[in-house]
Amino acid sequence: MMKTWKYIRDLVLGLWIVFKRTFTKPVTVQYPEERPYLPPRWRGRIVLTRDPDGEERCVACYLCAVACPVDCIALQATEDPTAHERRYPEFFRINFSRCIYCGYCEDACPTYAIQLVPDFEQSEYARRNMVYEKEDLLISGTGKYHGYNFYRVAGVKVLDKDKGQAEYELPPVDVRSLMP
Amino acid sequence: MIDWSRTALTIVVILGGVLTLAGMLIWVERRLLGIWQERYGPNRVGPGGLLQSLADMIKMFAKEDWIPPFADKVVFVLTPAIVVITALMSFAVVPITPGFVIADLNMGILFFLAMSSLAAYSVIIGGWASNSKFAFLGSLRAIAQLLSYEVFMGLSVMGAVLLAGSFNLSEIVEAQRHLWFVVPQFLGFLGFFMAGLAEAHRTPFDMPEAEAELVAGYHAEYSGMKFGMFFVGEYLSVILLSAMIVILFFGGWLGPWLPPVVWFFLKTSIFIVLIFLIRATWPRVRFDQLLSFGWKVVMPLALINLLVTGGVVLWKAG
Repeated sequence: MMKTWKYIRDLVLGLWIVFKRTFTKPVTVQYPEERPYLPPRWRGRIVLTRDPDGEERCVACYLCAVACPVDCIALQATEDPTAHERRYPEFFRINFSRCIYCGYCEDACPTYAIQLVPDFEQSEYARRNMVYEKEDLLISGTGKYHGYNFYRVAGVKVLDKDKGQAEYELPPVDVRSLMP
Repeated sequence: MIDWSRTALTIVVILGGVLTLAGMLIWVERRLLGIWQERYGPNRVGPGGLLQSLADMIKMFAKEDWIPPFADKVVFVLTPAIVVITALMSFAVVPITPGFVIADLNMGILFFLAMSSLAAYSVIIGGWASNSKFAFLGSLRAIAQLLSYEVFMGLSVMGAVLLAGSFNLSEIVEAQRHLWFVVPQFLGFLGFFMAGLAEAHRTPFDMPEAEAELVAGYHAEYSGMKFGMFFVGEYLSVILLSAMIVILFFGGWLGPWLPPVVWFFLKTSIFIVLIFLIRATWPRVRFDQLLSFGWKVVMPLALINLLVTGGVVLWKAG
């Protein structure tokens, strides 16, 4: 008898608990009108950034293409003779219909060139439009890392900077002077 | 003499009103289920999603009207019509206000019970004519369920009939002027409510169309507007069930201050919402539990209720 009473009480209690939801606000975000908050480190669309001087950061080292678990990145390195044989990608292609937005490419990148930004609205009507070329990927800004300039901190000789002129870099040592 | 023009007008008003309401209830149920699950539900078509049913209807008409090659074609096409016709026929005896009723039959309850029994046939032959195993299993369940629940649906109504001393629905409502029958007939009300839920295939007794196991049960093979007819038929029987509960146990149109139509509408809406709330809350019962609960618990209770009510009525009559 007690058990029966408990069953009946539980059934009615359940009805009441569900009915109370009439007065709570839905958790739904009504997407096209209301936008969800995306944190700055949200892994979304992939971009290629430029350094503070406006030059391409990418040095075409292929590390992102190697790190990519789904092989969606394709690029071809070439060298710019005017900028003292500075490397850059001749083409840079990301197939976003393959991309899983894992962010490994961003982790692998030594120059902060490839970055994932908070944008997920990449729907297309045709699948071939999901393949982004370099001009689609390259943005004019620095992305998430504003001050960083790879060539200004690396000991590589470029057009206007010789060895030893980078930030926090000592002048090159004359190895002959190190004789004991 | 019957005033034909008045009757025709009543038919048009009730038919139009009830069918529109049934269409709207599809939207109302989805919206309420959404709200109770902390979502919005369909709120895009029209103001607040009001025209969702219309959009659904356009979609259903545009769908391919597929009749499976293995089905019994004539019966297959006929069945959805039977669902809607039987549900609509029952509304003929529903008294909304004293004068606002199509046919004030002196055995209105019997007519209602007869029509709800006929509705069982649509489920059974619909599942049979589909000639597929899921539909067949669904209709087998429907047969067993309706057979057992039909019995005490009639029995639990009889208490109200005894108290009112009439089979006429208007007179039953008038007999509740001082006390709603839900008070002396609480067991009868519970029995009728449960039987009605089983009759309308609503949760927790929606075994004939259990989506989780039987795809959609007896209407698994139906598509397009034929499926729409089943759908509308289900909501028609929800309205009918709520209206009958209000008439038999909650004093129909009776109530202070407000006009009778408003009272009837309000009370009916409360029960429709309660049925939706039950859908949102309670799980589906297992089929053997459904039958044993029907025969071993509700049936004896309905009989005891009838016995006691009959005794009290006789004792009062002296």
